[in-house]
Amino acid sequence: MARPIRFLLDGEVRELGPDTDPTLTVLNWLRYDARRTGTKEGCAEGDCGACTVVLGELEGDRVRFRAVNACILFAPMLDGRALFTVESLGREGALHPVQQAMVDAHASQCGFCTPGFVMSLYAAQRDGAATDAASLKDALAGNLCRCTGYGPILAAGEAMGGSPDTADDAALIAALQAIRPAEGLALAYKGRRFFAPRSADELAQVLVEHPEATVLAGGTDVGLWVTKQHRELATVVSLNAAGDLRAIEDLGDRIRIGAGVRYADAHAALAALHPEFDALLRRLGGLQVRNLGTVCGNIANGSPIGDMPPALIAAGATLVLRRGAARRELPLETYFLAYGKQDRQPGEFVEAVVVQKPAAGRIVRIAKLSKRFDQDISAVCMGLSVGLEAGRITDARIAFGGMAATPKRAAQAEAALAGRPWTRETVEAAAEALARDFTPITDMRASAAYRLTAAQNLVRRAFLETEGGPAGVRALAPVAAHG
Amino acid sequence: MADSGAVPALKSALHAPIGHDSAARHVSGEALYIDDIPEPPGLTHLFVGQSAQAHARVTRLDLAAVRAAPGVVAVLTPADIPGKNDISPFAGDDPMFADGEVSFVGQPLFCVVGETLPKARAAAALAVVEYEDLPALLDIAAARAAEAHIEPTQVMRLGDAQAAIAAAPHRLAGRLGVGGQEHFYLEGQVALVVPGEGGDLHVWTSTQHPTETQHVLARVLACPDAAITVEVRRMGGGFGGKETQSVQWAAMAALAATKTRRPAKIRLDRDDDMAMTGKRHDFEIGWQLGFDDDGRLAGAAFDFASRCGFSTDLSRAINDRAMFHADNAYALQAAEIVSHRLMTHTVSNTAFRGFGGPQGMMAIERALDAAAWSLGKDPLDVRLANLYGVAGDLTPYGQTVTDSVAHELMSELAQACAYRARRAAVQRWNAENTQLKRGLALTPVKFGISFTTTHLNQAAALVHVYTDGSIHLNHGGTEMGQGLNIKVAQVVAHAFQVPLAAVKITSTRTDKAPNTSATAASSGSDLNGMAALDACEQIKARLAAFAREAYGGEPTFGVDGVRVGERHMSFGAFVNEAYLARVSLSAAGFYKTPDIHYDRESHTGRPFYYFAYGAACSEVVVDTLTGENRVVRVDILHDVGRSLNPAIDLGQIEGGFVQGMGWLTTEELVFDARGRLWTHAPSTYKIPTAGDRPDVFNIAIWGPGENRENTVHRSKAVGEPPLMLAISVFSALTDAVASVGGHRVIPELDAPATPERILAAVSDVRSRL
Repeated sequence: MARPIRFLLDGEVRELGPDTDPTLTVLNWLRYDARRTGTKEGCAEGDCGACTVVLGELEGDRVRFRAVNACILFAPMLDGRALFTVESLGREGALHPVQQAMVDAHASQCGFCTPGFVMSLYAAQRDGAATDAASLKDALAGNLCRCTGYGPILAAGEAMGGSPDTADDAALIAALQAIRPAEGLALAYKGRRFFAPRSADELAQVLVEHPEATVLAGGTDVGLWVTKQHRELATVVSLNAAGDLRAIEDLGDRIRIGAGVRYADAHAALAALHPEFDALLRRLGGLQVRNLGTVCGNIANGSPIGDMPPALIAAGATLVLRRGAARRELPLETYFLAYGKQDRQPGEFVEAVVVQKPAAGRIVRIAKLSKRFDQDISAVCMGLSVGLEAGRITDARIAFGGMAATPKRAAQAEAALAGRPWTRETVEAAAEALARDFTPITDMRASAAYRLTAAQNLVRRAFLETEGGPAGVRALAPVAAHG
Repeated sequence: MADSGAVPALKSALHAPIGHDSAARHVSGEALYIDDIPEPPGLTHLFVGQSAQAHARVTRLDLAAVRAAPGVVAVLTPADIPGKNDISPFAGDDPMFADGEVSFVGQPLFCVVGETLPKARAAAALAVVEYEDLPALLDIAAARAAEAHIEPTQVMRLGDAQAAIAAAPHRLAGRLGVGGQEHFYLEGQVALVVPGEGGDLHVWTSTQHPTETQHVLARVLACPDAAITVEVRRMGGGFGGKETQSVQWAAMAALAATKTRRPAKIRLDRDDDMAMTGKRHDFEIGWQLGFDDDGRLAGAAFDFASRCGFSTDLSRAINDRAMFHADNAYALQAAEIVSHRLMTHTVSNTAFRGFGGPQGMMAIERALDAAAWSLGKDPLDVRLANLYGVAGDLTPYGQTVTDSVAHELMSELAQACAYRARRAAVQRWNAENTQLKRGLALTPVKFGISFTTTHLNQAAALVHVYTDGSIHLNHGGTEMGQGLNIKVAQVVAHAFQVPLAAVKITSTRTDKAPNTSATAASSGSDLNGMAALDACEQIKARLAAFAREAYGGEPTFGVDGVRVGERHMSFGAFVNEAYLARVSLSAAGFYKTPDIHYDRESHTGRPFYYFAYGAACSEVVVDTLTGENRVVRVDILHDVGRSLNPAIDLGQIEGGFVQGMGWLTTEELVFDARGRLWTHAPSTYKIPTAGDRPDVFNIAIWGPGENRENTVHRSKAVGEPPLMLAISVFSALTDAVASVGGHRVIPELDAPATPERILAAVSDVRSRL
């Protein structure tokens, strides 16, 4: 199956041979091979958005347009997709309406971040996303600007309007259908290999044959191994092409999220579980990260500060691991063994995470503390789920990220709640128990003392909120000028 | 010469909200930055080998494996430098490569010149470096204890402040820690050098200071300045971070190009850039205040200590500017301002928008808040009572303030944003709510305009008028996004009364405008606008002489062309006639700021030509359980004189404010115990995002603004002053924390006010009640 990577650039088919470096980033390909230098490198780690490009991909009978970071996107991930860069839109003298709106709003100063903002706005417009101020702030959270203060950019986003330019969609759909891969991708480059099988079964087989392979999902973590740690990945197995891993299944009292499901795909299904998931997902990475990163990938890589695990552990999630045809399912919290060590055997991969739907009446709270509200990594992240019957706590699940070397349940705090009435005194005992559950560390995000105090206060705040306490600083408007 | 009627009616470009000249190229990706320039054949790529230790003797540096690695063209060390191993602006203490001893983690030790960047990087990792650790001073406290200074402690005095404070009815004292700030220009440091014939070098570099780049390269290479041409069309952000600290990388590329006779490019990865380049100085400030029952000052004393890093860089002038701004907009009556400039084994801190001024202002604002709360007064009233123009006019450095509009700005802003009613509403909210607390503050900015090193206040420009009437504009200022080029082009278009499109903006080059100063100190349009105007006036004078001789009358330049008596012709036709009569249509313009002088020995004089003013009111809310916080509303009224371009100026005001807000809230530089910068990437160093922009954000340029000095069309500088409007956010956060204790104790809240610091301050206030 030595075939080239095949994708569309400006609607035209482009091919990169089967001897392409599998971890060549799309950014470097654009800038140094294709000489399309409008796409910029600001950080090479997916945090600044200067390299934002747009991917078009078939979803049913329509094309979805997604902003992604080209700096951590490997070239093989373009296979079967349509790539749009700032050069795709318009040139000086014949600007695209999004570009013109940016010019009219005085939305560029130094201009270096500007192509990235243009592409994020273009994606929002083409995909038919909401373009009110609040939605735009979410859509642009992954784009940093150091000059403007953002006001003119948001104004441009509002002015560009929400009416997407769909004139060429039919041609694009036809072109995407024409390059839809019939078979998986296999690349070989200087002794390094890359596989993108077409199904979960094929993937399982490839991983049995290459048990030490790096499993690649969205690449929002693995990408940095290459761009920042400069690691050479000998064998990469991508689950991007395995369509059956992209499914979100409703199992009645649970939902099953496949390994290929990206945050952006899972957002609605998770938000339907509880609004707290919606609030968390809005600030998990920037949109570019959520458009590539997967829920299962965030679990599989075992970061102690991954945003999703605490909320999922609190929700009673289980993890499905697969090796060949063999599957096992384990409580999510038991997957994390120690710092950097997970319960995953060579040749095994995370196939899905299964999340319990919270029963009506359960108290569900998800809280994330970080220096910056949007697109930051947690100092502390809490998932809390408490069942009540006649004012008495039937069961409590509390998990924290940022408090230990792994995402971890607060066993002592849970014990302090179980069977007791949901009162200030009970919750206070649980908060105090956290000091026995955790011995957090000091790092660049927070001190140990802050982590513990804030974690305790998050539990206290969860109680206050059930007593009608305030929802938090984000919900508050300025005081009225007269009143 | 009849009127062709072809000249379109033109609204004067001056004072108009015209877009950035590169806007269409920014949004289309056509704007070229250094790394976008098509790579010349034979290009080499540089990677810098860095020190892993904060302070150590290098006992072994074995680069044999590096040299032998595939794709290595050369390895550069101090031994390869034909001139001086020094890239400092003046002090001579900043080696391009550490030689024998390293002074901070990340300090360049050597540089690999490779066929590709990955090969150069891989080769650099093969270096064998052994160190013998030396004692390292990693923060202000350690340097202070060791009495490690980059220059002697400076003192500025007005009257006898200690006596005035001692005799005052009320006295307060406190301390304040103010963090540093990473520039986070989106385009990292980058340079491309192409060797020419006879040892000439053409240098494209992202720099605010082409002339200094030229000088330092000549010093390193031991060649004449004239052999080096430095060019920059635009930077992807500068903010002071490319004033001196861009030079080292250009120097390495120049050395590589000289040694290998091949073009060389250096582009720092973001993490390396953050580790290897300096930042805004962090400060530790002690303050004392004496005041009367109405909060009127009797005297103030400040003790500034700043982390300068391992070398001098611009730290003298930066700390001087902190001293100059210890008063902000207030007549201190009597003042004692002490400034310690501390040497630490960390990266050399450098210019950053405001240049020490922001840190200088922080303490007086905290002190006035404290004074007001101690008297049970509204801090706004105490501020108003102490303003220049109200309470006095003599600064601690002996300059008389004659242009203060702070009272007008603050009063108008307070009215416009309903400060009094909102103060009452905030008090009610805080009385009724225990978990979420609100804070409100209205603070002024007064910022001195001019380089305090007097000789730097000069500029050069070059204007050519071509025979079709199109105009080539060049000047010594650099474009980093601030809109300098469009402003100067407006001045030129206005001078000749031609459409803006007739003025061609060109890249900044040392072979066109020589011996220039850095584009810094907010001075870009003041200096270069006047220099360009001077060039225009020279050409116009020649054209006038020609018109008198040829047509017997004075020419009038108008939007519809040139009139001389009954004659009416297009500008192009007119200048072509002048050309045929052998009139030079090219001029080099020059400007120097008048009336300024400063004696650094006594810290007295008139260092500033004028002051820029502004005022901001910020409202915040904090969660006392977690320290989470949000700026919910901001109102700004800012004086830019007669704005050359209100659209550009509004952009500077908003952008400066948000950058200042980041400095004081989310942007935290953390070094570990070994002196390694822990927050070396945007994953850990958090500048504001769109979501941090206040939902209610009203910005206005002050209508009556007009510079009383004869600046270019009576405008005022705008680059730096708005950053300090963000001190209102910090003051409002302090107000919210203080409300936890009914304003009976002054919060110990340092900047940046992260959630962690706010929570700690809340807890501290409660413990001291």
